[in-house]
Amino acid sequence: MKEKLNKTVLIADDDNDLLFQLKLNLENMGFDVMEAHGQKEAEGIMSENKPDLAIFDLIMENQDSGFVLAYKMKNKYPETPVIIATAVTAETGMVFGIETEADKNWIKADIYIEKNIRPDQLRREVFKLLKL
Amino acid sequence: METLHVLVVDDEPGIRSGIIRVLGRHTVGYPFMEEDFTFELHEAESGEKAIEILESTSIDIVLLDNKLPGISGIEVLEYIKEKNFDVSVMMITSYASLDLAVKAINNGAYNFVPKPFTPEELKGAIESIAKNLYLKRMTREMNREGREAKFQFLSVLSHELKSPLNAIEGYLRIMSDRQAGNNLEDYDAMIDRSMERIKGMRSLIMDLLDLTRIENGSKQRRIVKNDIIDIIRASVQMFEPMAEQRHIKMELISPDELYLLSDKDECSIIINNLISNAIKYNKDFGKVTCTVRKEKGKISISVSDTGVGMSEEEKALLFQDFVRIKNEKTRNIAGSGLGLSIVKKLVEMNEGNIEVESYPDKGTTFTVCFAE
Repeated sequence: MKEKLNKTVLIADDDNDLLFQLKLNLENMGFDVMEAHGQKEAEGIMSENKPDLAIFDLIMENQDSGFVLAYKMKNKYPETPVIIATAVTAETGMVFGIETEADKNWIKADIYIEKNIRPDQLRREVFKLLKL
Repeated sequence: METLHVLVVDDEPGIRSGIIRVLGRHTVGYPFMEEDFTFELHEAESGEKAIEILESTSIDIVLLDNKLPGISGIEVLEYIKEKNFDVSVMMITSYASLDLAVKAINNGAYNFVPKPFTPEELKGAIESIAKNLYLKRMTREMNREGREAKFQFLSVLSHELKSPLNAIEGYLRIMSDRQAGNNLEDYDAMIDRSMERIKGMRSLIMDLLDLTRIENGSKQRRIVKNDIIDIIRASVQMFEPMAEQRHIKMELISPDELYLLSDKDECSIIINNLISNAIKYNKDFGKVTCTVRKEKGKISISVSDTGVGMSEEEKALLFQDFVRIKNEKTRNIAGSGLGLSIVKKLVEMNEGNIEVESYPDKGTTFTVCFAE
């Protein structure tokens, strides 16, 4: 069995397959995983649990579900790192930067990842955020 | 109420005050407009002053005399054209030669009102110019919205095409890394899901082709008398295997034959979409009932299922492009989100209408109605 890290990650994605894959990846890294199939479900989980890290899909029920979740998470648990996973940038040419102070004020995510990120890259980002 | 700003340019104070008196209390409305127009008047005694006002105030309509003390009305008109101001100009002038008229029209003047004019003539002229202005602006607005809608469509489309690719890529990666161990059976579910996503993507592409053909009108329509029952029977037969897999019973309640003036391909697309939805969103061991009726010169085709149903909010979203009803019951159902929007477009092209009745966990009935 994999080594247990005793850390819980909350993930939310409305694509069932991507949710399953992300869960499997994270479990293989040794995390406990709480999964939500959408913004509402994620909000429900957040109200009762404190995850050590969260990974949110950007577009779920609403175009900005991921942003909203990130905002609520940071309000409740400012120390929990939040990752927003998105496929949006490459398609629309829209770029979300969170480099400047102004952006950080309203976008409450710590980093963005591309949706089809490789497991080893994901592992690196997650471990860096959790200082593991 | 919307206000149009009218600039009166004339060196005769009497004309200016006359126009202001008539238009200041006047309103204009048309059946196709939501609100009436009222007018706010500005005045200039010379061309120079007019330009000054045009530069500093947002003016909609200019009533322009040609014979002015400094620069002429035509020169003001040329200035407006050069600066590309969004204003409609009406020339009011007593010495309108053909030459001047041509010059004015070439420079974008909307029309001419000869001086002297009665209050009724002035009102008539201002009504037509207000209507023209309104339509011009609406057209521009609609073109802009059309472009935005197209961009929106494309970005959603690329998202919808990319999601299944990401999912399949993810599964392949898991398999190639043997993340679930070396037992092949442990990957069966992932293989099934990948196949399912490929199927969804294929149906999206097919739907997209249908939609493109409908929207650019490139598809040749052949409107003839078609036996609608025949088309439905063919569709039921086509979907039988899909229904059997989930033990769903299909039933057709209809007369033996019923002819409808229509394009056969369009009818097939409509019916196939409704029947495949009725199976996809059904429960195992459920039922799909297709009922065709003819009454009061109308032909109605209903497709009912005994499936998951929809809430009122979900129903409201149904016919839009790429809208899929997502909840825990529909999570694993593949679809493009285009089917019903295609159905609606086709039904409307055939001067029919479509209605939906649905109850959560009980089922949904789509009814399409055509005039016979």
